[in-house]
Amino acid sequence: MANLSISVEDQPVKKVRLSSSRRYRNKRAGEAYLFLLPYILFMLAFGLGPGIYALIISFADYSSGLPRYFAAGIKNYLTVFKDPRFGFTFKNIGEFLLISVPIGIALVVLLALLLHMRPGRVASTLRTLFFIPGAAAGPAVVLLVIFMLTPNLSPFGFLLKSMGFKAFNDIITPASLAFIFLIMGFFVGAGMWIAIQYGALEGISSEVMEAATMDGCNAWQKALYIKLPLIRPYIIYQFILIFAGNVQLFVEPQLLSNQTYIHANVPLVWSPNQLAYSFAFDLGNFGAAAALALIMLLIGLGASYLMVSWTGFFKIEN
Amino acid sequence: MMTRWFSRNVRDIGFLGSILRWVILLIFLIYFVIPMIWLLIAPSKATIQFSNLNPLAFGSFAQYIAAWKNVFSYQNGEVFLWFRNSFFYVLYSLLGSLAIGIPAGYALAILRFPGRSLMLWLTLITMLLPTSALVLPLFMELNLVHLVNTPWAVILPACFFPFGVYLTYIYYSSSLPSELVDAARVDGASEFDIFINIALPLAKPLLGLLAFISFNANWNNYFGPYVLLNDDKLFTLPVGIQTVLGSTSALQPGFNPNPGGIHFQYAEAAVAGLIMIVPVVIIFLLSQRYVISGAFTGSVKG
Repeated sequence: MANLSISVEDQPVKKVRLSSSRRYRNKRAGEAYLFLLPYILFMLAFGLGPGIYALIISFADYSSGLPRYFAAGIKNYLTVFKDPRFGFTFKNIGEFLLISVPIGIALVVLLALLLHMRPGRVASTLRTLFFIPGAAAGPAVVLLVIFMLTPNLSPFGFLLKSMGFKAFNDIITPASLAFIFLIMGFFVGAGMWIAIQYGALEGISSEVMEAATMDGCNAWQKALYIKLPLIRPYIIYQFILIFAGNVQLFVEPQLLSNQTYIHANVPLVWSPNQLAYSFAFDLGNFGAAAALALIMLLIGLGASYLMVSWTGFFKIEN
Repeated sequence: MMTRWFSRNVRDIGFLGSILRWVILLIFLIYFVIPMIWLLIAPSKATIQFSNLNPLAFGSFAQYIAAWKNVFSYQNGEVFLWFRNSFFYVLYSLLGSLAIGIPAGYALAILRFPGRSLMLWLTLITMLLPTSALVLPLFMELNLVHLVNTPWAVILPACFFPFGVYLTYIYYSSSLPSELVDAARVDGASEFDIFINIALPLAKPLLGLLAFISFNANWNNYFGPYVLLNDDKLFTLPVGIQTVLGSTSALQPGFNPNPGGIHFQYAEAAVAGLIMIVPVVIIFLLSQRYVISGAFTGSVKG
């Protein structure tokens, strides 16, 4: 086995011949910018520009209703830190990240690998069925949560009852919320990532797989020692997006707290992103909302930075 | 027959391994599929039957048709209009995001130029920007150029699709053999020729994947269109459906899942959910066919 994992890393390293002529190199760089030009323009207009404006807003004073730019200094950030809900929401999201990121990624990769042991009609049917819930939005998800998690109304009722739950409110408790959001989020989001990881597995060269078969690898060894290392970039990408996305958790707690009958057990503001919306739309404090949004961005970026520098994700082999 | 089945399914997975594999897959199949079957059946039930009948029992066809009719007849069939709006917004966003994103992702993966690493970081940063930070600036920006409450307010921002650029970047950097690119360069092909003749044909499966991700993300996008459109003739399906549900007060505060006190229409809410889901499933199936039959096999090397 050790042999095999070495042989994967031993593949010839990509070499790119760089022309010695500087003019030739400049022309090549020029062409690269042409490829990127439309993207850069759209990025400025709809990503970076609004992002920078949000940064400016986070230093603006909204106490009179209209923004007074740079008048607030770091006051908005202090408002966020001092809000009694700040600690609560970040404790919640910390717990949620701790369970949702590792479990979510591990299960997605596991399912993709299991499906890919036998590519074909069955695997592609299952993959489609796993993906379909991802199309369900707002109203359908609320219906499903209520009816799947009310023991007397649910097709999973026998399971819920056998676990000792009698009513919806036995299941939805403050302590279980992080786990409930994981179940909801995985239901809606996992299918897309399974499809992406499966696509990555489809991309593995058939020569590599045949060589492994020749060497007597069984399906489990192939999955663990060959496929898993080869889809590593996609797993890193998934980590970055899932981590940052989960820091910004909004939809799931919002859907649950919107229902008057549920929110006895679901706080109106459970996650930091809900707190940001509450600053903006309940209190009219867009400055504090922007400050909090940027704090969430920083947390996501911090995790990405660690991941990218630890794995050398951006490097092109030279 | 049996031996063929056995040799195909068990062979290198092993007997116990096969059982383990199927148990895990079946558990997740139940988790993903049972709720969807429930949703598919839900419109057939009168409100009281949601608590009387077995959760997976079928109510009646008459009720099923009535629930669909109720949704479609809202405001003389405005749902059809929203459906058309959604479809075209999403289609234009999709085409725009692919046309802009694929060359960009390709250049980041294959070409070397000053600022490449910066572009990758900016892509990452803009991808991770919370919507709550973007909504207000985006509204003000589009308002400034008088695009608020036009289809462009939804389409243009959606053409910026850093998620797709990133996926394209990973795809090309792991799947396009550099020997191929080098050989073409030595033969005197321009970077543009290489992109059109080598990289794009290789990207077929990537296109399928990107298409359904972009379609799905924009199809389900609620908050953007909700803030940027206010004419109900321009609404997208999610925004429109939310207003239907709002006006009938199904799923609104005050509703009560208590068997005795139910007086709002779960059936219509389920129909609304199904209308949203069906097109995504169709697109997914189409794009999967692309992925499976594409030239994906054999281009990734370790």
